[in-house]
Amino acid sequence: MLIDIIMPALSPTMEEGGLTKWLVKVGDVIKSGDLLAEIETDKATMEVEAVDEGVVEELLVAEGSLGIKVNTPIARIRGEGDASAAPAPMPVSAPPVAPAIAPPPSAMQVATAPEPAIFDGPTTKTTVRDALRDAMAEEMRRDSDVFLIGEEVAEYQGAYKVSRGLLEEFGPKRVIDTPITEHGFAGLAVGAAMAGLKPIVEFMTFNFAMQAIDHIINSSAKVLYMSGGQISTSIVFRGPNGAASRVGAQHSHDYSSWYGNVPGLKVIAPYDAADAKGLLKAAIRDPNPVVFLEHEMLYGTEFDVPDGDDHIVPIGKAKIRREGSDVTITAHSRMVGHALIAAEQLATVGISAEVIDLRTIRPLDSDTIVTSVMKTNHLVSVEEGWGPMGVGAEVVAIIIDKAFDWLDAPPMRVHQKDTPLAYAANLEALSLPQVDDIVAMVRKACNK
Amino acid sequence: MAAEKAAAPKVKAQDIASREELLEYYRQMLLIRRFEEKAGQLYGMGLIAGFCHLYIGQEAVVVGIVAAQNATDTVITGYRDHGHMLAMGISAREIMAELTGRATGCSRGKGGSMHMFSREKRFYGGHGIVGAQVSLGTGLAFAHRYREDNGVSLAYFGDGAANQGQVYESFNMASLWNLPVVYVIENNQYAMGTAIARASAEVELYKRGISFEIKGEQVDGMDVLAVRAAAQKALDHARSGQGPYLLEMKTYRYRGHSMSDPAKYRPKDESRIVRETSDPIDHIKNLGLENGIFSEDDLKTIDAEVKAIVADAAEFAQTSPEPSVDELMTDIYL
Ligand SMILES: Cc1ncc(C[n+]2csc(CCOP(=O)(O)OP(=O)(O)O)c2C)c(N)n1
Ligand SMILES: [Mg+2]
Repeated sequence: MLIDIIMPALSPTMEEGGLTKWLVKVGDVIKSGDLLAEIETDKATMEVEAVDEGVVEELLVAEGSLGIKVNTPIARIRGEGDASAAPAPMPVSAPPVAPAIAPPPSAMQVATAPEPAIFDGPTTKTTVRDALRDAMAEEMRRDSDVFLIGEEVAEYQGAYKVSRGLLEEFGPKRVIDTPITEHGFAGLAVGAAMAGLKPIVEFMTFNFAMQAIDHIINSSAKVLYMSGGQISTSIVFRGPNGAASRVGAQHSHDYSSWYGNVPGLKVIAPYDAADAKGLLKAAIRDPNPVVFLEHEMLYGTEFDVPDGDDHIVPIGKAKIRREGSDVTITAHSRMVGHALIAAEQLATVGISAEVIDLRTIRPLDSDTIVTSVMKTNHLVSVEEGWGPMGVGAEVVAIIIDKAFDWLDAPPMRVHQKDTPLAYAANLEALSLPQVDDIVAMVRKACNK
Repeated sequence: MAAEKAAAPKVKAQDIASREELLEYYRQMLLIRRFEEKAGQLYGMGLIAGFCHLYIGQEAVVVGIVAAQNATDTVITGYRDHGHMLAMGISAREIMAELTGRATGCSRGKGGSMHMFSREKRFYGGHGIVGAQVSLGTGLAFAHRYREDNGVSLAYFGDGAANQGQVYESFNMASLWNLPVVYVIENNQYAMGTAIARASAEVELYKRGISFEIKGEQVDGMDVLAVRAAAQKALDHARSGQGPYLLEMKTYRYRGHSMSDPAKYRPKDESRIVRETSDPIDHIKNLGLENGIFSEDDLKTIDAEVKAIVADAAEFAQTSPEPSVDELMTDIYL
């Protein structure tokens, strides 16, 4: 049996190469692993090893030849001839191609169903802090695979006291204090999630999660896809995000758009306590990795929260916080509060603003925004973080794409000034979006 | 001192392994060798693309360790993962088809050489970020302990990966919490083009756990029986609740770092000398033949069987279809 040895591709980009030297001659007996020739690729000179065994029958290309196309036969060997010998390499042909059909709609899109704006059952005034704790406690009671891990979450009861009482109820097996080791404990938690556990990873603040972002994205968000659906990670990464008060540049970063950019992640940024609780419960039950962005400035604020342990808010649905007819304001997290106050003030100058609380950044509820803009014909997006490549940029792009003909004015954005956050009180206030900034931008958008 | 350097054991093969075991290790190592050679050939034909890191030369490490494992133990490694997949019993067909990016691959063609998994066989990847598998593997150990399933996590990484910070974050937590994990450093003496001494202040990597109270041992990674013995000890240690254990496997990769690396940074004869003097497959072959444990004919039968498996895998990997286009948008969310 004669076997062709072909000019191999020895780099991802090589199309042709030179044969600098033969290391065998006609009549040589070769075994797999033997060096056959030296090949000059587009990057380097490399030695080629034999895979097939036999006797060299013919060298088809002379030493020093250049420009030999990949897959051209360069030598021929006579195989041992035993029945089990490997067949000659098949000629390279294009692999069978699957029929082209239109790809399904983007994974970003979600169907929306109406959700009641007000709760009909009994409610209790609860802080966002306690609502988050209640969500974790209820889910930990419900599912023994759920555990909480992070710095100071157990004995200290949480750097912001969010995990108060959890160690006492669930013990150190399920409420775990870590060393200060974000990269390591995030990876550990993702590994535990790969094995089927459901970790809640608390970052003292999301600023420190930059040390762990490799595991959030590369290990967690991508693993379902790159394992062809075999390995999933049901995990929640949570903690305070964005600017607290006077803590300066390194402790005041809003990561909404960073995580919102990544397929495979769900990203939630709630405003009130009811959503904090209902969405955190949904996040813990979700089989996918969820980044849950809280806001330190809201932890102590009280809101009505439905009683009982079955209050779940669906991920991927925005909420109309205030109805209006002249302009749509989108916001998330703390900026929802600012937008609601701005809407009050705008009413006094005769502008009726509709305020949409995005609640989920990914998948973004574009239907609710588009429907609203088709009614109001104006859009102003508000976010605490920087403008470039931001959440507002995405909201505006969606409107340009889906509701361009309904717009009466260019969509506008309110966001942090394009600098690291200053410490000085006056500069900090100037940098972060304020109610007045929203009012001014809406008036500009509405030309009023 | 916690770490120790084991003298390469010069025990008689037949005292520590049965004929069946020796032949099985020979078979598994040869399967990895022939599989990787074939992968290299398919790469040369343009059927495998991108990065492709071959395991040739290091076969004894994974085969020796898997031989000491239990059915509950889990395995995780980096991008040089084909050998680990084969040793964990994943079919050559599925692996080769993943390399060619076909629907029949273990990740349905969506992972490629560096991202292969088998939940069924408890193989958790296949990770392209150097060092990530160490934290993830520590998490697998956390899950073994949480569930009290008596399993141990085996986390493999390279001499280059051993300089990543998260390795030591993981060592600290694993030791602090007595997690059942065996860390296996496959010290093949190079991280891409960087020889270990150019990157590591301490080149005796088995000592890297000392300040975390992790016992370490240096092992001849070219000797499958030495590997198996060390792995048994390490696994017993971890399984019995005494916490992590560190094995430094001294080994060597014959080929370049990946298919496009000519490995010109190594002394001219280094690779040839290792192949001639310490090849793990020759080692077991000579051991068996010289001691009359098995015959040339026994080996010939295995050679033919392995050749057929690899030829079949290559055929399968070339004739399987690419993933259907609607696979593009699946497996993003559950
Ligand atoms: C975080 C990260 N940095 C760099 C790389 C590029 N890279 C891939 S493999 C490698 C060398 C690793 O060597 P080693 O850990 O010794 O493993 P070996 O390849 O020898 O098996 C490098 C630098 C990477 N994949 N990930
Ligand atoms: Mg190495």
